[in-house]
Amino acid sequence: MNLPMLVLKYSQPVPVQVGEPVYIPLYSGVRAGFPSPADDFLLKRIDLSNELIKHPEATFLMRIKGHSMTMAGIDDGDIVVVDKAVKPEHGKIVIACVDGEFTCKRLYLLDGETRLQPANPDYKDIIFKDGQILEVWGVVTSCIKQF
Amino acid sequence: MFALIDGNNFYCSCERIFQPRLQKVPLVVLSNNDGCAIARSEEAKALGIKMGQPWFQIKHLEQSAGLVSLSPNFPLYGDMSLRMMRLASELGDKQEIYSIDECFIGLQGISNVTHRASEIRAKILQWTGIPTCIGIGHTKTLAKLANHIAKDADRKPGSYPTRLAQVCNLAELNERQRQFLFEMTDVGEVWGIGRRISQQLKEAGIKTVKDFVELDPGTVRKRFSVVLERTWRELRGQSCIELEEVPTPKKEIAYTRTFGQPVHNLASLIEAVTEFTSRAAEKLRKQQSKTSTILVFIHTSKHRSRPQYARSITVPLVRPVSDTKNLINAALHGLKKIYKPGFDLTKAGIVLMDLTNAQTRQAELDFGETVLDSDERLMHAIDEINDRFGRGTIIYGSAGVGSEKKVWTMNQQRRTPSYTTTLGEIPTALT
Ligand SMILES: [Mg+2]
Repeated sequence: MNLPMLVLKYSQPVPVQVGEPVYIPLYSGVRAGFPSPADDFLLKRIDLSNELIKHPEATFLMRIKGHSMTMAGIDDGDIVVVDKAVKPEHGKIVIACVDGEFTCKRLYLLDGETRLQPANPDYKDIIFKDGQILEVWGVVTSCIKQF
Repeated sequence: MFALIDGNNFYCSCERIFQPRLQKVPLVVLSNNDGCAIARSEEAKALGIKMGQPWFQIKHLEQSAGLVSLSPNFPLYGDMSLRMMRLASELGDKQEIYSIDECFIGLQGISNVTHRASEIRAKILQWTGIPTCIGIGHTKTLAKLANHIAKDADRKPGSYPTRLAQVCNLAELNERQRQFLFEMTDVGEVWGIGRRISQQLKEAGIKTVKDFVELDPGTVRKRFSVVLERTWRELRGQSCIELEEVPTPKKEIAYTRTFGQPVHNLASLIEAVTEFTSRAAEKLRKQQSKTSTILVFIHTSKHRSRPQYARSITVPLVRPVSDTKNLINAALHGLKKIYKPGFDLTKAGIVLMDLTNAQTRQAELDFGETVLDSDERLMHAIDEINDRFGRGTIIYGSAGVGSEKKVWTMNQQRRTPSYTTTLGEIPTALT
């Protein structure tokens, strides 16, 4: 089977259009006879930081190292968004301080039992006994993968 | 009413947020070049380490007490400060940022202040990891004093009643309780009473804040100064010092650095002085000032047993200027006059003095208006580009270009990563 080969050129610089930013009026849908005043409003382009960061003062980024969270979609080398303002609850993926290091795991808090659970069957739960203190640093709210 | 919010051992607290292993460990942050303690954790204070104490005097504690020392990480402290200040501003209606870890808050029309302050304190701690103390009072001086009480009650059990720990509101106490606290507090702890005045007061038998507020204002003014009388009034609840929301323009702009390693040749000095002057000129334009005198200095280390050399020179300018080109010319002119080969130079700096408002132009300048304007526009453009794309995007030729490490950059051997300001340096989470 012969597939057409796609040739990509990387070496050619792409000319950049320099000029005033273009603002697109918000389109409110067709409603005959009633132009919405919103049509004249200026649009703000989607800003990823706004979407990913709910509490800017409490949000930090961390780089993931390891493979114990792969079933949760968190792979080695990913960047996680960590929000210290979010309350750590059962089932949330958290950053905890274990033996002086940051550890990313799922928080298990049921029937008086406290665990940090990996999301990979090859790894074991970290179980906290009575009197041991689990320090949760923040809650992971999203994961960024760059290809 | 005012509140003062102050971060506890701020630099150390910032470091601990990103290095859990430093929790509970005696920790100091040392100044970049002379290696003196500029921040100490409570554990380090308990070891008897004093503020400003040089590293060589405390180095033995590394082995014997597990003392950890770090070089300062100003990108980190700056970012954590911004986060803390933003949250702190929610306490009231106005904010004056007083230093990297302290701000005054105006509390006009705020009810339930003590409770609100506790909540803000908890929020700052939860959201950023920075522990703070909050002092509240009818004046800025009283808020500062309340902050001191909140801090000591928190870290030195027995110094003050524990219920005043972390958040202390002097305004909700009765006269008797306030007097009791004033009597327990050394007069030298008062904001505006420095070491010298405090010494004089003590010689006159005025040892506590209570002794001081019991003086009569006329005596304070006659025997000391009107400035001290103002402090006296503030302690009696009469507000004399307003919130300064906009920082007042500085009267001098200095840029000085100690070199990472001694510098011997003129070329390196020219690079350094060019960069110092560029940075200072940027600050100058930001506050819309001009300078008509620039001071340049270089010197060897006082601690070394090598030949000593220290010179400074002031270069007067024909007219007040703010453009980098002219300032660099003047600074380098001065530098070449004072430079002498054969010395281990460890420090250099420039000071822009004699600052005037850029708007007040001298009449004789009128004929040069067009030249000045185009220069000003160039400077404005350079500042904007450097603001947008990072400091040093556009630099002057003599500042030195190239990837080789400048010999005069700061020593930062033990600096922690820029955890929050550089993507390549964010903390690692193991899984
Ligand atoms: Mg402080």
